[in-house]
Amino acid sequence: MNTTPSATACHQGGDSIETIVVLGIGNVLWADEGFGVRCVEALQQRYEFAPHVQLIDGGTQGLYLIQHVQAASKLLIFDAIDYGLAPGTLKRVENDDVPRFMGAKKMSLHQTGFQEVLMLALLTEQYPSQVLLVGCQPEELEDYGGSLRPVVRAAMEHALAQGVDALARWGAAPVQRSRPLTDCESVTFSELDLARYESQRPPEELACRVGDERFFPPAGDGA
Amino acid sequence: MGAYETQGYNMDNTGRRIVVDPVTRIEGHMRCEVNVDSDNVIRNAVSTGTMWRGLEVILKGRDPRDAWAFVERICGVCTGCHALTSVRAVEDALGITIPKNAYLIREIMAKTLQEHDHAVHFYHLHALDWVDVVSALKADPKKTSELQQTVSPSHPMSSPGYFRDIQNRLKKFVESGQLGPFMNGYWGNKAYVLPPEANLMAVTHYLEALDLQKEWVKVHTIFGGKNPHPNYLVGGVPCAINIDGNGAAGAPINMERLNFVEARIREMIEFNNNVYIPDVLAIGTIYKQAGWLYGGGLSATNVFDYGTYEKVMGDHSTQQLPGGAILNGNWDEILPVDPRDPEQVQEFVNHSWYKYADESKGLHPWDGVTEPNYVLGPNTKGTRTNIEALDEDAKYSWIKSPRWRGHAMEVGPLSRYILGYAHALKGNKYCQRVKEQVESSARIINSDFPKALGMPETSYSAKQLLPTTIGRTLARALEAQYCAEMMLDDYKELIANIKAGDTATANVEKWDPATWPKEAKGVGTVAAPRGALGHWIRIKDGRIENYQCVVPTTWNGSPRDTKGQIGAFEASLMNTPMANPEEPVEILRTLHSFDPCLACSTHVMSEDGQELTTVKVR
Repeated sequence: MNTTPSATACHQGGDSIETIVVLGIGNVLWADEGFGVRCVEALQQRYEFAPHVQLIDGGTQGLYLIQHVQAASKLLIFDAIDYGLAPGTLKRVENDDVPRFMGAKKMSLHQTGFQEVLMLALLTEQYPSQVLLVGCQPEELEDYGGSLRPVVRAAMEHALAQGVDALARWGAAPVQRSRPLTDCESVTFSELDLARYESQRPPEELACRVGDERFFPPAGDGA
Repeated sequence: MGAYETQGYNMDNTGRRIVVDPVTRIEGHMRCEVNVDSDNVIRNAVSTGTMWRGLEVILKGRDPRDAWAFVERICGVCTGCHALTSVRAVEDALGITIPKNAYLIREIMAKTLQEHDHAVHFYHLHALDWVDVVSALKADPKKTSELQQTVSPSHPMSSPGYFRDIQNRLKKFVESGQLGPFMNGYWGNKAYVLPPEANLMAVTHYLEALDLQKEWVKVHTIFGGKNPHPNYLVGGVPCAINIDGNGAAGAPINMERLNFVEARIREMIEFNNNVYIPDVLAIGTIYKQAGWLYGGGLSATNVFDYGTYEKVMGDHSTQQLPGGAILNGNWDEILPVDPRDPEQVQEFVNHSWYKYADESKGLHPWDGVTEPNYVLGPNTKGTRTNIEALDEDAKYSWIKSPRWRGHAMEVGPLSRYILGYAHALKGNKYCQRVKEQVESSARIINSDFPKALGMPETSYSAKQLLPTTIGRTLARALEAQYCAEMMLDDYKELIANIKAGDTATANVEKWDPATWPKEAKGVGTVAAPRGALGHWIRIKDGRIENYQCVVPTTWNGSPRDTKGQIGAFEASLMNTPMANPEEPVEILRTLHSFDPCLACSTHVMSEDGQELTTVKVR
């Protein structure tokens, strides 16, 4: 159900010197491609953090995320990345390896964009002292309007644990959420909330879900 | 079809075929194939969107009030304009009038997006088509400083030391092997004609633009709440106003935040005047001197826009960038455009990978069908999953072919500027600023800069200068300048309206679906940074029954239609000579001048591999 419209805009504070940024990247509309954004959504729903921690639903904004990278002294990234591993496998990549890794294999629009973002931040000499990428091998992307597959959803729990662990080490002071998260504070959108997104999905006969076979040749197709 | 004539072009696909895939530094995935003759002049052009988007079908059956949040995810770079178009379409369908504050706030957000998008496009995605980064390392910082003071005497950052610092930073970066954003350049190609000093100046401004843009997007955060995806709302804007409020987190917008917005608007105006416009004019002057006036394509004949920026909310006659259609280069006659008329905007698919019951006809978006049908023509080279060369006589793109009354049209800032200039010449008092901008630019390119830079003066008319690749890039800069200026008016009007006691920001009378008719249809249009954007919606029983987006890159990147007419990308490449077909600098320069955004005209997913463009000459 759609609730009444939120009457107030939400405002974040300015960048402090030791800003910790948690960035979820990806597109929630293409199944496992939404992994990164869903991680940030769940993280905020479950935890509260120190004031110098910024959670960002980065979507597929590529270059336009540069200010968040520049503002970060420590940067945690959640993203779905094709490592050629079994679906749902998590991989941690740290510091200098992150840009290289995000460029080694590209899967979707935002990754090529994001490697460039990291390089540009480096060129401007405003680059985080620590970067951690928690990536997940997706199972399915070719399902327009679809949601996370069970194996990726299960991996999300481990990814969140790894993220919270790193954030605790970095001084982000994560604690279990005690006050309910308001629509205004939420960095993600209630219109795209996981449960609502899944429950309101139209049936397949109404809404075609398939993609372009050239990018997803069926197994064994040697063409 | 082999060799044939269309829209004044002789299409000939018998020469060497050059395949550029993917076209880089764009949002989304695009491929281009051209044939060149023995002199390396382009004689056939085929542009194809290589991804299927599926977005319209994702929306079927969903709540119309949520549609904006979905369409905001279509694309990484023009989130705001899809969201705005969507809420306008829903409001049109349901007969909702928004409050004046909401109108003005949306105008400020839309124009901020224009400024931001145009500046970022020019410096980050397009400048490298004109500017040789590696050559900038050879520049003399002192001469760069002199050049800076010649083209823009009021820009404060112009000392030799400043340019030397940037050059050293760049040197360090390039030497470390991290070419990053400057990868994939054809550095040293003869198609680059700027002196090293102009290259260094442009690279420096690339970094200045990067610093400023992050402040500008905060305007979206102030009015739209979240960042980087702003909030939108059917019925108005999702922010309350209390001018004397304390500004705590989550509190309504107060004077302090409004002052911040004003400061950013003034900063944009200054940046445009001192940096962006002079850079574009300087680059335009030097390339024009080198004889490079290619790339006009359809803009020389057919341009289209819905019209935008009403000075008086709801009164189309007060649009400050008025719309219409111009055919056959006849700037004296501006034809009226109506997005509701089933005979005007229609999409064809006989060269697109979609299926209609009768593909000899186009469909108006309210009756649009988006059903994928990936089939290749008999002359395709390669296989279904690895195409070597497309067969443009058959279906060859995931982009549909929108047409206006059957004509292929160009959309975008250049189209809006040609229309605005034509309206102004006819005496429209709301767009005289466009005429001033165009005429002053022509004077600077023909005379002022050539004199200052020791080059011969020229006497090109607006009609010769505008429909070119340079003109397309210039129109985008002029539009940014104009939008920032209009925004200051919007801002002043907003403050006056609030101070007069009106703080309403949303009309929620029709929020409850119980108040809606059983069936409704609506259309929303926006002047998106890349051109005319329209969303058409049908609502039935409170749910979306059909949703169609006709986006700017669909117009410009469209494949051929039933009559064999080529689209704007294709037309823009025709008859352009290439310095070296192995290095498609000219193709990229002209395609980038449209700011192609394939993310929303098609969709998505790319194969493995490095983002290194493959250029194949066959």
